[in-house]
Amino acid sequence: MNSLIRSTARCLRSGAAVYPPRQADGRVWSASARFLCASAGLQKDLGQMVKKDKVVVFMKGTPAQPMCGFSNAVVQILRMHGVDDYAAYNVLEDSELREGVKTFSNWPTIPQVYFSGEFVGGCDILLQMHQNGDLVEELKKLGISSALLEAEKESK
Amino acid sequence: MLPTVLRCVRPISTSLALSRPLAHFRPPMDPDPSRPIERSIRSKLTDALDPVHLEVHNESHMHAVPPGSESHFRVLVVSSQFEGLPLIKRHRLVNEALKKELSSCVHALSIQAKTPEQWRSDPSLAKSPPCMGGSRGDHTVEEKLKAGRE
Repeated sequence: MNSLIRSTARCLRSGAAVYPPRQADGRVWSASARFLCASAGLQKDLGQMVKKDKVVVFMKGTPAQPMCGFSNAVVQILRMHGVDDYAAYNVLEDSELREGVKTFSNWPTIPQVYFSGEFVGGCDILLQMHQNGDLVEELKKLGISSALLEAEKESK
Repeated sequence: MLPTVLRCVRPISTSLALSRPLAHFRPPMDPDPSRPIERSIRSKLTDALDPVHLEVHNESHMHAVPPGSESHFRVLVVSSQFEGLPLIKRHRLVNEALKKELSSCVHALSIQAKTPEQWRSDPSLAKSPPCMGGSRGDHTVEEKLKAGRE
């Protein structure tokens, strides 16, 4: 969890790290340039964030306290498969992250799930993958053995 | 009236029985003239994907938004254009068709994208998970509700 907090903090810091040049009277100029710099920095950070962990989720709330039914569904599905060690970024804490990830993924809604840096989809797709068995296979490719597979083996 | 199966009244549960087959008869999905976003979604999906079956459900009443909102939708699109496409590409086609709505007034969009064959073998509408109130006090949602009213 500490690494998640550090990761989120790093993301927030880099997003806010570009300070605009100020004129003598203190007015900020080139606000659009600041936005572009900040958003370009964030896009680059997102590229790193989604690759840093095998499973990455951008969600509303946290795995311990989801703030959205769709985000909660993603958390519950992952939990069912025994996937507890993943990076979860709470977009409600950072509006720049919230918009930035939508641009980065070219996907309009939250939650968003990444496996090994590749965008998988949102809640609907993860649910269908869970229902049709594809999720077990995809987790296997990540080197994660689904808890459901283990449970099935034990029952035989 | 929409079947009651679309109303989420169950408490939050770890069991995800979110799919329930409906009776084969469905009430006719007449577009409501007082619901412009729903009409727009229906029209754009029809034009873009030429579906053999299309359902557009306004699920805003299941979420923490004012009555009469058009912010949360579930769509079921059955189209031969989905054949051979993985889920992500199917969903991207739907997102692309509804780009304007998604960037302005639609906050949440649940998608089921089936081929005609998949629809024949499983004519069921998935059910949305229970709302956890995340839209309440969310300024992004408030902006979208405002855009929907204008």
